[in-house]
Amino acid sequence: MLLELRNIVKKFPGGIVASDHVNFDLREGEVHTLLGENGAGKTTLMNILFGLYRMDEGEIYLQGRRVHITSPAHALSLGIGMVQQHFTLVPSFTVAENIALGLKKYKFKVDFKEVSKRIEEISKLYNLNIDPSAKVWQLSVGERQKVEILKLLYAKAKIMILDEPTAVLTPQEVESLFKAIRMIKESGTGVIFISHKLREVMEISDRVTVLKSGKVVGTLNRDELDPRKLANMMVGRDVVLKVEKKPKEPGKIVLRVSNLHALNDKGLPALKGISFEMREGEIFGIAGVAGNGQRELAEVIYGLRKPADGKIELLGRDITHTSVMARIKMGISYIPQDRNGVATCPNLSVAENLFLKDQQGEFLFNLKDVVRRSLRRIEKYSILTPNPNFPLKLLSGGNIQKVVIAREFENEPKLIIAEHPTRGLDVGSMEFVYRSLLKARDEGKAVLLLAGDLEEIFTISDRVAVIYEGEIMGYVEPDPSNLEKIGLMMAGVRDA
Amino acid sequence: MLKIRIVKRLNPPKYHAFLVPILSVVISLMIMGLFLWARFGKFEKVVEAYREMFSWPFIFDYGLPDTISKMVPLLLAGLGLSVVFKMKIWNIGAEGQLYLGAMATTWGALFLFKNVENSLILIPTLLLMGAIAGALWAFIPGILKAYLKLDEIVATLMLNYIAAHWLNYLIYGPWKDPEGYNFPLTAVFPESSWLPMFGESGIHSGVLIALAMVVLIYFLMYRTRWGFHLKIIGDNQTAARYSGINVEKNIILAMILSGALAGLAGGIQMLGVQHRLQHGFSPGYGYTAIIIAWLARLNPWAMIVVAFLFGGLMVGSEQLQIMMRIPISMVYVLQGIVLFTLLASEMIFNYKIEILIPRNGGEKSWR
Repeated sequence: MLLELRNIVKKFPGGIVASDHVNFDLREGEVHTLLGENGAGKTTLMNILFGLYRMDEGEIYLQGRRVHITSPAHALSLGIGMVQQHFTLVPSFTVAENIALGLKKYKFKVDFKEVSKRIEEISKLYNLNIDPSAKVWQLSVGERQKVEILKLLYAKAKIMILDEPTAVLTPQEVESLFKAIRMIKESGTGVIFISHKLREVMEISDRVTVLKSGKVVGTLNRDELDPRKLANMMVGRDVVLKVEKKPKEPGKIVLRVSNLHALNDKGLPALKGISFEMREGEIFGIAGVAGNGQRELAEVIYGLRKPADGKIELLGRDITHTSVMARIKMGISYIPQDRNGVATCPNLSVAENLFLKDQQGEFLFNLKDVVRRSLRRIEKYSILTPNPNFPLKLLSGGNIQKVVIAREFENEPKLIIAEHPTRGLDVGSMEFVYRSLLKARDEGKAVLLLAGDLEEIFTISDRVAVIYEGEIMGYVEPDPSNLEKIGLMMAGVRDA
Repeated sequence: MLKIRIVKRLNPPKYHAFLVPILSVVISLMIMGLFLWARFGKFEKVVEAYREMFSWPFIFDYGLPDTISKMVPLLLAGLGLSVVFKMKIWNIGAEGQLYLGAMATTWGALFLFKNVENSLILIPTLLLMGAIAGALWAFIPGILKAYLKLDEIVATLMLNYIAAHWLNYLIYGPWKDPEGYNFPLTAVFPESSWLPMFGESGIHSGVLIALAMVVLIYFLMYRTRWGFHLKIIGDNQTAARYSGINVEKNIILAMILSGALAGLAGGIQMLGVQHRLQHGFSPGYGYTAIIIAWLARLNPWAMIVVAFLFGGLMVGSEQLQIMMRIPISMVYVLQGIVLFTLLASEMIFNYKIEILIPRNGGEKSWR
């Protein structure tokens, strides 16, 4: 046995038990998957193993010897490496420089020739195709991830933790990542693969341990794997993510976007001539790997970002140059992806956050009145909070999202922009979000859904477009049989 | 086995708002007591000094009028700072804005309107000039912050020095009283510009203006949508933009209001107390106001109490200076210690120590 975690307990302030007496082990040369929903405690457990968190109770055994891991540097020296969801590379450095950064061997002067040679060897051995002299910023997300993996191989990691490595990849890139993982495990390294995507888990895992709210539900061997069974274990009940959907009855045109161009925060083109129309009573899904212009598109339509060119019309009125405030008043609601950083004020109360955009009484403001009016919304959207004056930041992610949805839906919107509205939510909250969006659609509102998760797009959209590098690649029917086609379009292949 | 650990408080109890400032003042007085003890060598002298310091300023026939006249600029400048502090804009330029207010009022009283006899017109005009001058002085760093992201701490601090030197230039130069035996001060203002006094009490009517401003700021901050918007900006600027709030405009507006109140404080100081502009007329009101705003937790009502106590502290220490020959710098040391302990206790009180006794199954925690 390469690694054993015994009875790991980790509590967070606020009484959340993120890891509740978890047992987990890893053999040499296997891929052991940690499967679970967002918030099930997968990342917490791995952060403990990697020395980022201190555990409250429990023991870690490495090749039979008990270890106390105190820091990531310590973990690395023990041969435990982790590729985190957010990469830890310096974009302006080359691959070789990035890898040399973490090396203890060179005290004063780095022998880049030697480093580059080793990189090329490893790259060839594992078929990674990495050029040591390439600057990291020039690499695609998939290639950067391979650099991260290469970093661990270079350090001769015996245990490799991959935290949701496929979240940012196109289906084609996932394939290539899996090839690399197979080579790595053949060399005897143990891989801990974290995911919540069943299809991938089925494909790559030798064993699967399912976590649910901090506890181990069970561990299955390769021959026992079955998607239905895994799904049941993950959520503890049969999930009907097939939300019931009435046939659509689109009405008149609500939003028309023509030839929209915009820059991203770095000043590079993010939208390159986007045009589409949306009607009343439809959910228009835009699928794409994160970072292909979805956020910029949402912000331009909402008014937070100025378009470089193009035109936006809401119900026939040109709103291209109006302010955010004007657009809110005209009935545009926006559920941003970043609910803590953008959509809410964490230190303000639940009630205040529910009325952040409220325009009632242009000049006067009465907190008592806001608290009183918030009670109805708290009840209607079943927001779990001890009282309306409770600081928002102490609510769970799902409840914070309910606050955002309550506010955005009660604003009598004509158009709702929903950007990754279920990211980080449990299945219960996810269903709530889907039902809310569908209800809005049935009430005749237009919903623009921007999401990377294809299941999400397919579940509720009436029409789907695929975005890639700021351009719409084409339209597809929301049908699982189109999965392959969408995958290709998400990778930049135009509709044939 | 006993386990001790430090945990962050997620939701600090409400009574901390009172407990923390009081405790930090008490701690600072104790630290200050050590300094005094070192100076006097006798503990009784320290007690005596504190007795003098805390009785004189609050007895009507002795220091009280003085305390109140010092409270007025502290309260006004503190109120102004509370507006911008609420949105996490750190204006530390109240001192300079106060100078500008004093200078503008002096300009009006001595030169522009020196022939206006009607106090009812003259005084409001002069005070308004003071407020506008203070507002302009805060508008400069405000607009630089809003549109060029220039750090407002540096900008406001630097403007303090400019204001101080400008004031010195005027009173050593063109505005110097020709009959002032070459002292750095201007001529005395015409009496029509003096703020009326309450009878023989020695308390000037500026205190009413200050109290009116407390009500006004309370109303603006807690009862208008604008106040709510400032609160949103203070917590999360991105969320403010997302909510359709014009962040830049509100930063500038809040800075203007903040500067106007400091300028008003300077004007009232001129018309109510000094009746002439002179060197060192402010013993750092603008800086002390920072401490006052924090001690009062930006609450306008609490600020009345805190400003009054700090006015008393200033008067009391002047008394000490006279009676016990303690240098005035000791007061500034004390003020510094107060702010220091306040910030430290804020930090400490945001955490609590938990002692876990697993065997009993119970979990105790305090602090």
